[in-house]
Amino acid sequence: MNFDFSEDQKFLGDQARKYLSEQCTTAEVRKVLNDDGMACHESLWNGIAEMGWLGTAIPEEYGGLGLGMLELCVLAEEIGRALAPVPFSSTVYMLAEALKLGGSEAQKQALLPEIAAGKVIGAYASSEGPGAPDLSALKTTFDGSKLNGTKIPVLDGDIATHALVTAAENGGVSLVLVDLNQAGVKRTVVKTLDPTRSHAELEFTDVAGERIGEAGRAGPLIDKLMDRAAVLIAFEQTGGADRAVEMATDYAKSRYAFGRPIGGYQAIKHKLADGWVKNQVARSNAYYGAWALSTDAGELPEAAAAARVAASEAFWFASKENIQTHGGMGFTWEVDCHLFYRRAKLLAVQVGSPKIWKEKLISALENKAAA
Amino acid sequence: MDFNDTPEEAAFRAEARAFLKANLPEKKQAGGRERGEEFLKRAKAWQKTKAQGGFAQITWPKAVGGRGGTPMQQVIWNQEESSFAAPTGPFQIGLGMCIPTVIAFGSDEHKKRYVPKALIGEEIWCQLFSEPAAGSDVAGLKTRAVRDGDDWVINGQKVWTTGAQFSDYGILLTRTDPSVPKHKGLTMFIVNMKDPGVEVRPIHQASGGREFNEVYFTDVRIPDSDRLGEVGAGWKVALVTLMNERLAVGGSPGPDYDEIMKFGTEMGLMSDQAFREKLADWYIQAQGYKLTKFRTQTALSRGDTPGPENSIGKILTANQLQDICNSGIELQDHYGLINDEELAPMKAIFQSSFMWAPGLRIAGGTDEILKNIIAERVLGLPQDVRVDKDIAFDQMKSG
Repeated sequence: MNFDFSEDQKFLGDQARKYLSEQCTTAEVRKVLNDDGMACHESLWNGIAEMGWLGTAIPEEYGGLGLGMLELCVLAEEIGRALAPVPFSSTVYMLAEALKLGGSEAQKQALLPEIAAGKVIGAYASSEGPGAPDLSALKTTFDGSKLNGTKIPVLDGDIATHALVTAAENGGVSLVLVDLNQAGVKRTVVKTLDPTRSHAELEFTDVAGERIGEAGRAGPLIDKLMDRAAVLIAFEQTGGADRAVEMATDYAKSRYAFGRPIGGYQAIKHKLADGWVKNQVARSNAYYGAWALSTDAGELPEAAAAARVAASEAFWFASKENIQTHGGMGFTWEVDCHLFYRRAKLLAVQVGSPKIWKEKLISALENKAAA
Repeated sequence: MDFNDTPEEAAFRAEARAFLKANLPEKKQAGGRERGEEFLKRAKAWQKTKAQGGFAQITWPKAVGGRGGTPMQQVIWNQEESSFAAPTGPFQIGLGMCIPTVIAFGSDEHKKRYVPKALIGEEIWCQLFSEPAAGSDVAGLKTRAVRDGDDWVINGQKVWTTGAQFSDYGILLTRTDPSVPKHKGLTMFIVNMKDPGVEVRPIHQASGGREFNEVYFTDVRIPDSDRLGEVGAGWKVALVTLMNERLAVGGSPGPDYDEIMKFGTEMGLMSDQAFREKLADWYIQAQGYKLTKFRTQTALSRGDTPGPENSIGKILTANQLQDICNSGIELQDHYGLINDEELAPMKAIFQSSFMWAPGLRIAGGTDEILKNIIAERVLGLPQDVRVDKDIAFDQMKSG
């Protein structure tokens, strides 16, 4: 039994934690929170690019480090723990992974080295309004060369150089790669619950694009992309949830009420123990997702869905009870609790809400039972 | 990251499997709770076979009859043994908790007299700690031991004693000095359960069964030579026993997500959105438990010792079991009340486990105590207020 990361992988995680604890303090995160003109933390992004993290799972032949998905999972946990205000997930889990999964040789050669070098920023554009997008009935269209439609909200849509856009074509769905620096692309910043990660509305009017994967048949590719992203985001959530429980625990040890630390009262102790248990359930499911991801196992759909739901629930619980444990102080702008509360919600809906993933999970189990 | 054995583990697993195959029938279906004389006879015979084959108590040193193996080997043995129809229940408490305490605190005479017979299944042991007024706060127990010459005289009552009705010996925690604070006046003994002053009465449980017991002690004489540890040091001895309990208590037997998914499919409920969402939650919890165990086994495999974080297992499984049984019954509507195995779906597993589940959330550490353990010993939060900490036991309020 070896259900854990290797010493090398843990070392990578330790290095990342050290780097981010210096370069990505909550004071740095707050710069993006408080400044509407700051869409992401550029110097942190450049630092991350210099460290080589963007190319972690990109093969060496395309300018990456050629490490595996397990190394990327380790980094994702640290990114999540630090609430890093950078377009890491959009660029690495979405754009780079989509290219690796379904990109043509020319597409890979053109973009993967640029991603690894930090010169390309990605965005995944699927939502068109309230409710989960129905990939079989999208309003955005692609005719083989031109893209038309509106996507809202698009995470990192205001700073991305390239977007992956889901669009209707031939009665099916296509995944269209779009260079956003062209006429016909209109970007409007959208305010969201988590201003530490920027969002935009993207309008496309006769915009040039090229498919990743087949025309009108990108469904399975998108499913696979989502499964892979779900595991990586589950690691971000697990990192954030752990830190929220730690923060609440530290506060409960030092805050006195009725003559003793509030962490000595069972109402607080049991709440924090519940948070710890949920975090373990999330972490164990995320590890299974990492195993499935790294070995391309047939169990990936259920493993990814379970990791995503467990980690969404854990981060939600940890972040809301972190505020509760802090009492009135937890409800102030100055105390960091709300940063976790905001990020937890972003990550829970970013690639589909837990409800969608519960359904995916049961479908995967049914398929397995029927096979 | 993989789920494979190391070459040494694989070799041990093959050896264990070959031994089991040669000596036991394969398990046909998940068994109920077997009881009775016949079962006890089979259990004793299997324990003897196992001990002679060198597979009883794998982690114990060879000097006391163990294999001198690793905790991981014990895990592998347990995994393999559980896929055969092995009658193991009656020895879990004795070999898992009592005998390790005898080995840690007993004299050479004790070890020679008791350990080999327990190991080959000739003698069964029980643990006598809990009392009517001392459950989670077991150090508040009242059973008295009074010194009389070379003996101690025992009077009092224990409760929830598993296996007392067929046990030969027990480890007994008593109060020897009520004039000092509660933890300081306790002493541990070995007691002969066949002594005429020991009376075992089955408890009629809320589930309807009678698996646990009350044990009454009336002027039972125990020689001072059968004391374990110093006079007044019983709490220290008990902690060793309880530490072993936490390693032993794990999952909760009963239906899990796969059984209720099978049932939901048979009932045509798989198109019910609310059921599907609950099923997803149950799957995630079940995986959470199973995969967390894999992480613990990984640590064991590397030679680490599991700590208080192990408390997570029973919190997860006992609550999940209760929730699944509750839903399994409600899905059957009014018919779900029927607990006749001939009439109720799936041999009434939801109904029978529904009545066991409340006990599982209490036995071996209540949910609340386990959460305290996590909060205090994993997260490092302060201990609960203990107003009786410095008060002499006989000055304490109780009820």
